[in-house]
Amino acid sequence: MSVTTGAAATSMATGDEISAWQTIKRGTEISPELKEGFWGTMGFALLGTAGRVVVPIAVQQTLDRGINGPHGLDLGFVTVMAFVAAAALVLTGVASYLMTARLFTTAERGLATLRIKAFRHVHDLPLLTQNTERRGALVSRVTSDVDQVSQFLVFGGIIGIVSVGQIVVATLIMLYYSWPLTIVVWVCFAPLFLSLRYFQRRLSDAYGLVRRMVGQMLAAVSEPVVGAVVVRTHAIEGRTQARIDDAIARYQDASTKAQGFTAFSFSLGGVSAGLANALVLIVGIWLGFAGDITSGKVLAFAFLVTMFVSPVQIGTQVLTDGQNAIAGWRRVIGILDTPADLDDPGADGVQLPHQPLDVVFDHVDFAYPGGPLVLRDVDLRIDAGTRVAVVGETGSGKTTFAKVLTRLMDPVAGEVRLAGQDLRTVTFDSLRRRVVLVPQEGFLFDSTLLANTAYGDLAAGPDEVRRAAAELGLSDWLDGLPLGLDTRVGQRGESMSAGERQLVALIRAHLADPDLLVLDEATSAVDPALEMRIGRALEALMSGRTSVTIAHRMSTAENADEVIVFDQGRVVQRGPHAALVAEGGVYGRLHSSWVAQQGV
Amino acid sequence: MSDPAASGRTTLRDGFAVLGVAIRREPWIFTVSTLGSLLFGALTVADAWVLGWATDHVVLPAFHKGTTTTGALLAVLALFLGVAILRAVGIVARRLGAGVMQYRMQAAYRREVTAQYLRLPMSWHQQHPAGQLLSNANSDVEAAWAPIAPLPMAVGTLAMVAIAVVQMLLVDLPMAAVGLMVFPLVTAATLTYQRFSSPLFTRIQALRAELSEVAHESFDGAMVVKTLGREAEETERFAEKAQQLRDLGIRVGRIRAIFDPLLEAIPGFGVLAVLGVGVWRIRNGQADPGDLVTIAYLLTIVAFPIRSIGWLLGEFPRSVVGFRRVHRVLDEHVDTTYGDVRLPVTDGAARLDVDGLQHSYVAGQRLLEDLSFVIEPGRTVAIVGETASGKSTLTTLLTRLVDPVGGRVLLDRTDLRDLARGELARHVALVPQTAFMFDDTVRGNVTLGEDVPDEDVWAALRTAQADGFVAALPHGLDSRLGERGTTLSGGQRQRLSLARALVRRPRLLILDDATSAVDPEVEARILAAMRTSRDAGSAPSTLVLIAYRKATIGLADEVLFLADGRIADRGSHADLLARNPAYARLVNAYEEVPT
Repeated sequence: MSVTTGAAATSMATGDEISAWQTIKRGTEISPELKEGFWGTMGFALLGTAGRVVVPIAVQQTLDRGINGPHGLDLGFVTVMAFVAAAALVLTGVASYLMTARLFTTAERGLATLRIKAFRHVHDLPLLTQNTERRGALVSRVTSDVDQVSQFLVFGGIIGIVSVGQIVVATLIMLYYSWPLTIVVWVCFAPLFLSLRYFQRRLSDAYGLVRRMVGQMLAAVSEPVVGAVVVRTHAIEGRTQARIDDAIARYQDASTKAQGFTAFSFSLGGVSAGLANALVLIVGIWLGFAGDITSGKVLAFAFLVTMFVSPVQIGTQVLTDGQNAIAGWRRVIGILDTPADLDDPGADGVQLPHQPLDVVFDHVDFAYPGGPLVLRDVDLRIDAGTRVAVVGETGSGKTTFAKVLTRLMDPVAGEVRLAGQDLRTVTFDSLRRRVVLVPQEGFLFDSTLLANTAYGDLAAGPDEVRRAAAELGLSDWLDGLPLGLDTRVGQRGESMSAGERQLVALIRAHLADPDLLVLDEATSAVDPALEMRIGRALEALMSGRTSVTIAHRMSTAENADEVIVFDQGRVVQRGPHAALVAEGGVYGRLHSSWVAQQGV
Repeated sequence: MSDPAASGRTTLRDGFAVLGVAIRREPWIFTVSTLGSLLFGALTVADAWVLGWATDHVVLPAFHKGTTTTGALLAVLALFLGVAILRAVGIVARRLGAGVMQYRMQAAYRREVTAQYLRLPMSWHQQHPAGQLLSNANSDVEAAWAPIAPLPMAVGTLAMVAIAVVQMLLVDLPMAAVGLMVFPLVTAATLTYQRFSSPLFTRIQALRAELSEVAHESFDGAMVVKTLGREAEETERFAEKAQQLRDLGIRVGRIRAIFDPLLEAIPGFGVLAVLGVGVWRIRNGQADPGDLVTIAYLLTIVAFPIRSIGWLLGEFPRSVVGFRRVHRVLDEHVDTTYGDVRLPVTDGAARLDVDGLQHSYVAGQRLLEDLSFVIEPGRTVAIVGETASGKSTLTTLLTRLVDPVGGRVLLDRTDLRDLARGELARHVALVPQTAFMFDDTVRGNVTLGEDVPDEDVWAALRTAQADGFVAALPHGLDSRLGERGTTLSGGQRQRLSLARALVRRPRLLILDDATSAVDPEVEARILAAMRTSRDAGSAPSTLVLIAYRKATIGLADEVLFLADGRIADRGSHADLLARNPAYARLVNAYEEVPT
């Protein structure tokens, strides 16, 4: 079976268990840029929001001192006041500019860092976590989830900071005008503030449901496209449409519910505002009778209430959007907090020598997380320069053996040694250079043939690639391509046949020049002519190197110096092909089934 | 982009046209949400009026006289609260209405697009990449209807502005005239902002797609990246795009940083100007302080929502593009026509006639030329040929996924094109090389929703050698597959796909290299099981195999050797091996490797 698949699955942290506050804390640890100049930005934000009270104050001053002042109507005062206010507006506008520009810069820088770190970490995750079905989810974590955080930080963030600033500024000014009226306003809004947590939780649940429904809908929508052949040949158009309609309807319902809840919670602020407006006037008049306040101040207060109301409403809205963003942030952090499993010893590690390597498995056990042992007490030595074939039925542990040998996974017990060095002490850099695994499917990147082959040795140019191809006997194939090394291979190499993709993988491996070659033989048959080329190229590739092949063909086993037979996680037989055939056992059985197939 | 102004006008016109479609399809919800928005707008303005009224009739008199009445105070309370509650109703109607309308349109278009995917022939699908079709149904639909969200608010705002303007004009003409200067200024600033920022947003959208492609490809190739230790280089490749995205984001931020404070300051300056004029008018006894308060207040409340019109227009470019892309699918009319022949339901195997079949994908490049053969009921025939000899194309013609350019395919002497819709699938099953799994249970994936007893499901799984691993799954037949379910290997998927075909007891079964990812020993067991069940007569069917492996070919009663788009030879495997060197070379190549 292919190395990339496995029925066992390791979990990937969703981050769901950490609180919003911890998310922000952890998020700023990962992207320290977010904290840079934070207080300066806050300062500009406060200054900027102060601009919003310039106008109400100007109105109040005009009423109290310019129109109803002690000297009657005072045009000079009004003029001066208007110019002072205009200057204040310009000043606070500049502060707003600085705040917004700084916020965008830090947010974008911080999120680029988050994105890049998360991307890198995905590559450090064990292969099991990155299985095929999850890839879409992994991609969305480094793309749309980060976008969601970014949208929130730059748009919601500005509005949020401004709103909080405005609430603070409005409260301070209200206190300056009249503390009893300020209390009146806050009392009117107290129920809203107190119910906020409750609404947040309900909203967060509602949007959580929406996100799950989106996933199901996307899966359903993909059926008539990706499964077009199955749907047609089995004539299940009706059932497929019903499944899609159902998923679409459920997504629609969930979205509508969430929207209804948002609208309702948003409208509550307006009622508090109406109450506050009325009570300010009523209590204001009453205070006026006691001689504590002027009519101008009461009216200015009415303006201040507006200054207070809109940020409260917008702020609650930001908190709602924030739920989504925090959830996205959590998912990205979830990736970074999933342990990488394999630790690179880094600078402290040892280097492998550049010579054919010998392999020792010292009583190695392996199990997938939470699963039974897949390798049991594997204890063997492979001499440097030998050619070994590993055979066994599906699930016998032969593929796992290859993964442990290349340190895609660490054993749960025992030790794997190359040239006498425990694999865990070898630097990744040295390990990946000296040991190369060629997977069943030659994966190609959407680029030229040159770039894809040179992936094995980044320093290689066209000449090196041609030489490598020549050494593998592939020159005629390469020369036969109209565009040669400039051939574009298409997405995932789809413009080339499966066999050609394997050839590219072999040139790539040869350029990497490893000392231990681990090959996972392809099971799917390709064009016989290409099959022959692949065989010859493999032969050249293996010469002078230690090679371990996960064999699916009799010929491979026949041509190996030695065959290792796996059964239920144990090595049950080993020796040259002829000897094993004579011995019978598991190998004898496998061999006769091969013969039965070939000998038609 | 030769004339941005002209293209801007087109976008504007088309954007309104898209909204027109939505309004025509959902007139009632649109009306409710717009009424909600109007209510909200009217009451926001009424708020100013209530404040002005309270100032002139309750607050100022009270301060002058030093006394007031309970009735007056209660009136203030009732007016403010009444306005606030009605306004809350307006908000709910507007927002919920906009949401309902948007989700309904999205749902309707998604249903239509997917129905179209199901209706359009396979040949159409082969010409359209899956990724593109998925994004048509998802993000394009979403983009097309995005402007519905701000629509009611914008309509309400327009009304609100109109009311506010009339009110201001009624209160005091000169003050209003000065205050109204705010509107053209805000509009001009909004449009200028969009002109500067929208090219950046377009570029950002494109970059996001590129970033996602890099991530997709890199994670797909994770095995290669890991085994060659290329993590750092891959990260570099991704980081380059991420940094471009970051820099664009920062540029957008700078532009916004200029326009946001500007848009906010304009009404402020407007109020200051009104103050100046107002004081002068009050001195001349042409206005009173209440008038000044009302106009200043109206200006401040209208200034912010006026931007919602900008938000609406800002969604237009994306919306128009999305709508066009979706309609490219909806407007396709490549229909498959069906006859009305129904074949009698029998237990017997089907007879297949291929008569002068010709096919090509590219005009002038014939893939199949004049192919004719008959497969008698119950026979097993292997089709062998080099890559690109047209074998897979033949399977798509036999199952009428594609209609041939020339010639006929006959099932029980009936042209496939004369069969009624869905009739072919009752008699013929194809197992393709790539197995597709539905986001469903194992049972659902095998039965495809048909009422099949579990014992039959297990029997099919047994023949496909899939019973073992299915029984070992945590929930057996009820185990979920797909993104959130169990992961199966390629070989396991192929075996389930085979069971899916077997459970329907097809009279003609076509396997297109359907066991390529299965281990050879397991494949041998599958073929043996199929032979046994056929010999036992429990599932008699005609079997067509596309195969590479000798063992698979060996199962056939007869081999059709395909070369250069024709049947080059036909006979038993042994005969062909003996008499046809090209055939022998082809099937023996496998064993000659590597020596």
